[in-house]
Amino acid sequence: MPKKNPVILSGDGTADPIDTWWWLSHKGTTTSFLCISLFALLIRSAVSMFPYSGAGTPPKFGDFEAQRHWMEITTNLPAIDWYRNGTHNDLTYWGLDYPPLTAYQSYLHGILLRTFSPESVSLFSSRGHESYHGKLLMRWTVLSSDVLIFFPATLFFVLVYHRDRTRRANSEVAWHIAMILLNPCLILIDHGHFQYNCISLGLTLAAIAAVLCGSEVLTCVLFSLALSHKQMSAYFAPAFFSHLLGKCLRRKNPILSVLKLGIAVIVTFVVVWWPYLHSVDDFFMVLSRLAPFERGIYEDYVANFWCTTSILIKWKKLFTTPSLKSISLAATILASLPSMVQQILSPSNEGFLYSLLNSSMAFYLFSFQVHEKSILMPFLAATLLALKIPDHFNHLTYYALFSMFPLLCRDKLLLPYLTLHLLFTLIYHSPGTHITLPKTKTSSFSFTSFPGYVFLLRTHFFISLVLHVVYLNIQPPQKYPFLFEALIMILCFSYFVMFAIYTNYTQWNISSHFRSADKEKKQI
Amino acid sequence: MDHLLWFFAVATAVKLLLIPSYRSTDFEVHRNWLAITHSLPLSEWYFDETSQWTLDYPPFFAYFERFLSFFAHLVDPKIVDLRSGIDYTADSVIYFQRITVMVSDLSLLLGVHRLTRKVEPLKRKLICVLVVLSPGLLIVDHVHFQYNGFLLGWLLLSVSFLQDGRDVIGGFLFAVVLCFKHLFAVAAPVYFVYLLRHYCWTGLASGLRRVVGLGAVVVAVFAVAFGPFIYNGQIQQVISRMFPFGRGLCHAYWAPNFWVFYIILDKGLAFWLRKLGFDVQVPSASFTGGLVGDSSPFAVLPQITPLTTFAMVLLAITPCLIKAWRKPQPGLVARWIAYAYTCGFLFGWHVHEKASLHFTIPLAIVAVQSLEDAKHYFLVSIVSCYSLFPLLYERQEYPIKVLLLLLHSVVMWLGFAALYTNEKALKKKEKKESGEIKSKFEIGCVEKIYLMGLVLVEIVSQFLHPYFLGDRYAFMPLMLISTYCAVGIMYSWIWQLRRILT
Repeated sequence: MPKKNPVILSGDGTADPIDTWWWLSHKGTTTSFLCISLFALLIRSAVSMFPYSGAGTPPKFGDFEAQRHWMEITTNLPAIDWYRNGTHNDLTYWGLDYPPLTAYQSYLHGILLRTFSPESVSLFSSRGHESYHGKLLMRWTVLSSDVLIFFPATLFFVLVYHRDRTRRANSEVAWHIAMILLNPCLILIDHGHFQYNCISLGLTLAAIAAVLCGSEVLTCVLFSLALSHKQMSAYFAPAFFSHLLGKCLRRKNPILSVLKLGIAVIVTFVVVWWPYLHSVDDFFMVLSRLAPFERGIYEDYVANFWCTTSILIKWKKLFTTPSLKSISLAATILASLPSMVQQILSPSNEGFLYSLLNSSMAFYLFSFQVHEKSILMPFLAATLLALKIPDHFNHLTYYALFSMFPLLCRDKLLLPYLTLHLLFTLIYHSPGTHITLPKTKTSSFSFTSFPGYVFLLRTHFFISLVLHVVYLNIQPPQKYPFLFEALIMILCFSYFVMFAIYTNYTQWNISSHFRSADKEKKQI
Repeated sequence: MDHLLWFFAVATAVKLLLIPSYRSTDFEVHRNWLAITHSLPLSEWYFDETSQWTLDYPPFFAYFERFLSFFAHLVDPKIVDLRSGIDYTADSVIYFQRITVMVSDLSLLLGVHRLTRKVEPLKRKLICVLVVLSPGLLIVDHVHFQYNGFLLGWLLLSVSFLQDGRDVIGGFLFAVVLCFKHLFAVAAPVYFVYLLRHYCWTGLASGLRRVVGLGAVVVAVFAVAFGPFIYNGQIQQVISRMFPFGRGLCHAYWAPNFWVFYIILDKGLAFWLRKLGFDVQVPSASFTGGLVGDSSPFAVLPQITPLTTFAMVLLAITPCLIKAWRKPQPGLVARWIAYAYTCGFLFGWHVHEKASLHFTIPLAIVAVQSLEDAKHYFLVSIVSCYSLFPLLYERQEYPIKVLLLLLHSVVMWLGFAALYTNEKALKKKEKKESGEIKSKFEIGCVEKIYLMGLVLVEIVSQFLHPYFLGDRYAFMPLMLISTYCAVGIMYSWIWQLRRILT
């Protein structure tokens, strides 16, 4: 039950040739992956024993009930009625608002539930169904989705991403696997709170791996599937789009390459959306379900730009919803533009990973209707870069988790929150690990070397610790019942902004590094 | 220490996540003991029958519960309430009791640390993984609920002192362990012979002095434990609580030991004799239900009494005692103790499946000593962990127990493979940076087939049997598991015996 961690040998080669974690990683990446994934599964199944969101809180319950309700709808009604309000499908009660692939997944899981526990998905009578076996079966559907999609995708990514590494780096690779698979945010949301992010994120991860190994058609198919599972996958779309476009433009026949990829995307979408493509009405009916603009630009206390600045500027009062839509769209595009431009100009694998991070962070910060849980998107991208920016990744994990703290507290997941945090910290700092940041040789100037930055970071950290304690122990003043949530939001938002600036800056730096390296080569 | 602490911290994280899992009645047993020791004067501890879960561990464990109950009272006074606390399942009591187990596991950390502080780093890491993250301990202590890790920690500490040649402290600690849980007494003959020979056999005068000294230490420990009860004239009551021989030869779920074969042989013989026309009485008593009067639970074979089992255990340990007498080597103490517990497990009276921890944990220390030991340990630890599966019969814990065992097997396999890799080959490969490193650690063909059989047994008992037979023959899956595991444990016993004799 150990996790294995990495040791980066001190570069001069004088270090012991057999590192501290050699004994667990000596058989190669696949074996370490097996070992870590068993541990990760153990942690997941343990977390799944804790309560889910909305447990025992009628009448609306929470995300668990939403997913169960979708299974109930999809197994009992024909596909065309899934998104339509009708006598059998009351869309105001957790109506299906994810794309068709989620519906199909609910259908498959619903069939499974019907086989073993028919009462948990029977039409109408199962509303608010909560039972030992019902919970267990639902939990196991998430576990199996993880095993079938996210875990293989991780293995695919790790094999491709680390293909050039020597056997010495085995433990470093193992550390990276552990960082991806033991990602506390994903575990808490999927196996604690209850969602199926592992599917869309797994498909995205596989698409990323496909980019790294150069099979672009596969990328398009996989990413289209991810988009058809959860529309939030669009957070990554600018990165995929710009990277693939940038690559195609460098080919002999740019138009042909773009066409090829376009066809792959269209075919995938047509296949997935087939039941809803028979009439324009049906199509727009589904589409309108996916974009619930009437819910406003933000909900609750999410650490993004709109919600945080609303303390000072009452966006909802100043603008109408349609104009807010355009404003947020413009802001999002503007924020993701730098990373897109960089990828179109000089597409590179490393730059692509940064651009995934930057575009998803731009969406998180500026797009319309963002949830706390959406931090999973930028966080996944950051996880992939864990070996490049270990310190920042560590801090991001902390604040990403912290931004979901009020949510997880509501779900009664405080203990798993703290424990997974502890576990993450332990694995991150596993003995023998000296994660030394590969210094970017390109610039003597670094964002993080500002003296103020470190001070700011420490202050942030200190305040967040205090807020944890305060949130748990002190009743907020009656006049401001959500005072502490707002404080947590501001704190996380300011960190996310700093992080986004840093990663954008780094992304642009890589390209200048490559370019200067190219120049040097030419000169030689 | 940093690796050890790290592993312990990781294990603690896993344990914390297991808090909401299934709890056996042992949880309520220990809660009741908290209540008894907190609410009643010492003179009534072993008499109280408010709850059916009466106090039946030796006094040190009662004192330990008294100590814990002080904190329990601070956390939530209802935990230690003798009457209204019965079957109390609030978060407070669950978190409190679960956390006491985690904290008391510190003794295990201490034991492993002391035992391995002079061992080379890789072996130390392995022992640490095998003991601190032992799936058996996690299943029994942190899901099922008991304090085995705490007690085994003291035992390991005692072994570590014996290995250092500090016999008096080793003996003292063992006496302490005995006063915590008397089931550890199976190894007492080994301790007795070893200490007598290794510590006291130094010539007549100094030897006698040492015997008296050591004896005084042990007597002092027992006096502290039992003294108050002797003073109150309750010692008989304490003893009768500790040794409830009214219970049957086998526990409700048969531990995978020798008696499984005995029972099956009896059933088989009775069946065939009846077929052949003999008049065989159906026994009126069930072998799990305890002895009722003079009736025997066996139809054909002679009845087994506690005395028989006692004699058999002693007989089985004898070869090891002779060996210890002839050549008392500190380095072999762990092996002998593990062997004694194996004998106790195989032939003892009313043995619980949990008792297999008593030998798998000390064997972990032996496992890194040689390739053969590693191969043996690989098999026995998997079998003993698998035999604990029926303890967690609820579905929620199913993935957890399976994953714990799989993970343990994979880690063990990787660890042993690394430990027994040819270093020269490794260095060569280091230069080439590619290719598979051949390890000497390979499981034999028979062992492989046997372990594969475990998968088959699990599939039959968990899936095929309920699917095809439903509730009929509900005892079959359990019988299948304990019989199959008993084969493995018997093999381990014979292997250990041969190892000790050669």
